[in-house]
Amino acid sequence: MTTSSESTQAAAQAVECTLVEGVNLALARALQDDPTVVILGEDVGIDGGVFRATQSLIGRFDESRVRDTPLSEALIGGLPIGLAAMGLRPVAEIQFMGFIYPVIDQLVNHASRMRTRTRGRLSCPLVIRAPYGGGVHAPEHHSESMEAMFTHIPGIRVVIPSSPAKAYGLLLAAIRDPDPVVFLEPKRIYRAVRETVVDDGRALALDHCFVTREGSDVTLIGWGAALSEVMDAAETLATDGVEAEVIDVATLKLLDFETIAASVEKTGRCVIVHEAPVSGGFGAEIAARLAGAGLVNLLAPIERVAGWDTIMPLPRLEDRYMPSAGRVVAAARRVMEYS
Amino acid sequence: MTIVARFEIELTRYLDADGAALGELPAFASNRETLVELYRWMVLARTFDQKAIALQRTGRLGTYASSLGQEGVSVGLAHAMRPEDVLLPSFREHGAQLLRGVTPKELLQYWGGDERGSNFAVPRQDFPVCIPVGSHAPHAAGAALAFKLRGEPRAAVAVFGDGATSKGDVYEAMNVAGAWQLPIVFVATNNQWAISVPRNAQTAAATLAQKAIGAGLEGRQVDGNDVIAVRQVIGEALDKARSGGSATLIEALTYRLADHTTADDASRYRDDDEVAKHWKQEPVARLRSHLTTAHSWSKAEEEALIEACAAQVEQATDAYLAEPPEPPEAMFDHLYAELPSALAAQRDAALAETPE
Repeated sequence: MTTSSESTQAAAQAVECTLVEGVNLALARALQDDPTVVILGEDVGIDGGVFRATQSLIGRFDESRVRDTPLSEALIGGLPIGLAAMGLRPVAEIQFMGFIYPVIDQLVNHASRMRTRTRGRLSCPLVIRAPYGGGVHAPEHHSESMEAMFTHIPGIRVVIPSSPAKAYGLLLAAIRDPDPVVFLEPKRIYRAVRETVVDDGRALALDHCFVTREGSDVTLIGWGAALSEVMDAAETLATDGVEAEVIDVATLKLLDFETIAASVEKTGRCVIVHEAPVSGGFGAEIAARLAGAGLVNLLAPIERVAGWDTIMPLPRLEDRYMPSAGRVVAAARRVMEYS
Repeated sequence: MTIVARFEIELTRYLDADGAALGELPAFASNRETLVELYRWMVLARTFDQKAIALQRTGRLGTYASSLGQEGVSVGLAHAMRPEDVLLPSFREHGAQLLRGVTPKELLQYWGGDERGSNFAVPRQDFPVCIPVGSHAPHAAGAALAFKLRGEPRAAVAVFGDGATSKGDVYEAMNVAGAWQLPIVFVATNNQWAISVPRNAQTAAATLAQKAIGAGLEGRQVDGNDVIAVRQVIGEALDKARSGGSATLIEALTYRLADHTTADDASRYRDDDEVAKHWKQEPVARLRSHLTTAHSWSKAEEEALIEACAAQVEQATDAYLAEPPEPPEAMFDHLYAELPSALAAQRDAALAETPE
């Protein structure tokens, strides 16, 4: 593996960047800092990925480490297992979540259990990245939110960033983690906002929710792109004098339930928001955990605002599917009025 | 019309069904010691197999996949490998695993339902057996890419059955092996049956070896019941792989003399006559016959070998049966590198339970 052109340490630099640029920054940092990191996927090389997440990595790093794979998703799921078991740190991109399903076979049957079934002799420190979610008027199969399929797999982590800085810090953490991580990138907000990211190689914790707004009246819980609607809803509610606390779950698996429970214990009211279909969505897990926690201060039924239990519609009906800020506000008002 | 491509598939065989040399043998096969070594591993594999089935029948082992009749492929391929190469076995390669250093006790542990059986002391980097058919082929591509990136002269050997060649995973792995010139030997152990589905119902392709052609790889057939041929052909493919010459698919022709597993009854779907016919081709008798005629292998040597293998397997069985199960925290303690705090309460709850 060639590292000669990559050996100079980049100084910590503050960069104004978007979420997808935060991903790119983290990938570059990981390639720079760790010679065992290998990037692979469809069109990740000269094209820089269809969303440009791997832009310019070729050129800065040896092309043996930034590899265009054949159009071959079972391979993109399985090949990193061999790499990781032999001591490398692969970061594989699935171009859209709609094409990730062959990877689930590899995650369930191999990556998640390699450490368990060999009692630690072999392990799979790998990352599968994929853009997910709706709202960009993409073609069929490009807009689903299937994160709950992954949260059901023991032995892996599921991480979803909601901002450029979180994308940077969480992806670095995912790459350095000794176990498999599914890193789902909300493509609707890939370029929605810019924020300052300090490229200092500092990773965020992989088992901590973020309280992104403090409030004492109701807890709004979300992740990924839906967090935008949640924050908008919180501002609307504030004009009514309702102060919402907002939690960005971010690390769905393994879940920081303590932060969530502490907030709901404080507010007594809770709305969970996600784009994925409501039934069996990850919101169900959070709701069940809250219901089982025996919170003495739970003042209203837990509400979920989510996608309908329908096939994700094509773009012309997409807006009717996506959980809007209005829906979140309405649900929050219902739980506020409950007595 | 212009013909833009043609292909041929070569079959290699050195010994006929009676163990007589069909022509000049490879150099290693003139060495009595080497042949006895190959023979000893095949006999050990078969002895192990018989014991495993007996243990399963008496409720002391889980469902077990017999390798009866396929010892030539398993032993031949493992004998050709170097310790630093990596084996990615299917669930029927006990002979290869034994030769690579996995102990009979560890194999019994795995088939007896204990994960420690895949935490073998040797070879540390070999993969555990793959149960979902063919899904390990992409792992071989990853392992081989790791070797290539680090400039290590090592190869990955992925072994799967005839049924696996119908799966996309196997094709995807072969395809990338060709595109990236990866050091892999794919071994399709064609034992003619994928549980109840015969080879001819699996694919219209005349050979499984030719499936390599579409991926830009060399495909070869070998008589899998001729361990000398397997040793030679896999050795050539490994040399090619380690020296940067890319991957090969080798179809090893053999026959599954046993049921698919101890949970199967092959008499439901195949004739005894067919099985009887294949008993005349099987690899252990073939090499024994060759050793007897060409290397004066004696009755005394044979008896001593059988006794030694039986003793080794008995000893392993005793050790396996004496081993208590792991404590329940093992379910949690190997799930992640470190126990996540999110799982601490479940771990405590599991430990607090009294077994019913």
